[in-house]
Amino acid sequence: MKSETILRWGVRFYIGVFFLYLFTPLIIMGIATFNDSRFPTVSPWKGATMKWFGVLAEDGAMWDALLTSVIVAIGVLLVAVPIGVCCALFLSTVQGRGKSFLYSLMMSPLLTPGVIVGISTLIFWKGLSVNGGIVLTVIAQTTFIAAYVMLMILARLQRFDRTLEQAAQSLGATPWQTFRRVLLPYLKPAIISAAVIAFLQSFENYNTTLFVKGYDTTLTVYIASKVRTGLTPAVNALGLVMIVATVLLAIVYEVKKRRESRVVKL
Amino acid sequence: MFKQLAGRFGGGLAAGIIAMIAVWLLGMVILPQLLMVDYSFRPNLLPAELGGPKDTYSLINYETLFNNSIHLSIFFKTIWSSVLVTLLTLVVSYPLAYYLAKVATPRQAALCILLLIIPFWINEILRTFSWYIILAYKGPLNALLLALGMIDRPVRFLSGDGGVMIGMVYAYILFMIFPLYNAIESLDINQIKAARNLGAGWIRTHYRVIIPHAKPGIATGCIMTFMLAAGSYAVPALLGSPGSRWFTQIIYNWFFEGGNWNQGAAYAFLLLILCIGFIALIMKVFKVGLGDIAK
Repeated sequence: MKSETILRWGVRFYIGVFFLYLFTPLIIMGIATFNDSRFPTVSPWKGATMKWFGVLAEDGAMWDALLTSVIVAIGVLLVAVPIGVCCALFLSTVQGRGKSFLYSLMMSPLLTPGVIVGISTLIFWKGLSVNGGIVLTVIAQTTFIAAYVMLMILARLQRFDRTLEQAAQSLGATPWQTFRRVLLPYLKPAIISAAVIAFLQSFENYNTTLFVKGYDTTLTVYIASKVRTGLTPAVNALGLVMIVATVLLAIVYEVKKRRESRVVKL
Repeated sequence: MFKQLAGRFGGGLAAGIIAMIAVWLLGMVILPQLLMVDYSFRPNLLPAELGGPKDTYSLINYETLFNNSIHLSIFFKTIWSSVLVTLLTLVVSYPLAYYLAKVATPRQAALCILLLIIPFWINEILRTFSWYIILAYKGPLNALLLALGMIDRPVRFLSGDGGVMIGMVYAYILFMIFPLYNAIESLDINQIKAARNLGAGWIRTHYRVIIPHAKPGIATGCIMTFMLAAGSYAVPALLGSPGSRWFTQIIYNWFFEGGNWNQGAAYAFLLLILCIGFIALIMKVFKVGLGDIAK
């Protein structure tokens, strides 16, 4: 029994260290925002300041990059969500040979390094005389984000009771009405979740975007370029704002998801 | 297949579904990849020379790699370091995944998972940037180690592969934890109890009962982590130095500094083959199929 107690405390200690490891870097980055130093650091501490938020707010290139990111993310959401939904509907309906091959093919963008998705898109569209830019970024990101959407929708479809469709049809609904009135409302929460994830995946993408961005700059690319050249704590201020925004969004999303799963269980 | 779709959704919608899938799979997944491979076997020519006598298939772009000892050593270093990152991530993640799945109360587990998800939502660039601050020559880690008297002078963490690997473990750890957690969670706790009652020690229980059950999760986690590590551009670009370049950076240079896309395509295809090879190897070693991975 004694070794068991040691083990238990060992595990607790490990969990503590692990979460410390997970959050310390983010906390240090946040704290460095308020250090009155030209370079982002917490050691040595040169006194507290809020000026880096001001510097950030006046950074026109940053606002441009933010706008580009939002445009790209909305574009990806509008293209990738319908594609992902179609794939999920297809996979949940058809049976027979070729299905597992198609499934592997649909999964393959998730198992391909992001740089390769970017490169292949760049080469393919160059042949059609389309150069890097916002449009190509949307296309390249959609390539793999559609697969994420597919998995999320598929997970919900697998719990769908197909007898509901049969009931609708025997009551005289056309296939379209059945889809519109029965299946689509059932899928709605999953579609919303998938849209949120698609937006975020697009917003934070770097490896793929780097190859297809052309002369346009997304916020992630902008931050990376700032880290390498012209690094000031204004980057931390931007990071802190983004972290606070994401954490709030994440909490809202998770709480909502949990409430929904509770409703489903009832 | 169309019949099945049309039976459920009607002809119009079924045609729309097929069209959307075709556009995606052909226009974004298959054809671009094929064209990239095609590109890699062609020489880098001026636009006027395309289709001319010089425009023939050859292995010349692949020979470049094998004749360039620096690129070749970076290629192998990328493989080796990515394997190391994968193993390190697995070792760090396993105890936590086990704790979450089998030791923690549902309430504790839910809280831990929420805490795990939060950094996962944050941009990879920002997470990597935070390590840039910590590992800097005059950064807090060096200050702490100096204050504790563990080192005499600051360490240059950011000048070797060490910093890159630390950053990668941090950036990709959740891609390991969640598959592991899902796999271990599905194991019946009675099997662990039975092993314990029959006299198996903790190590034996893990080795003979839990790990075999968690195989698909281990395989998925390893595949995802390796693929992300080998294909990472952000982490080595931020935490590395000119002396610790990653293969992806060489590829990038062929495209945007060397201006030789054909050469870049050949290197990219090699990276893709490497990842496919790793996936095939893991699936063989762990005896799992692609269907298990998607879970």
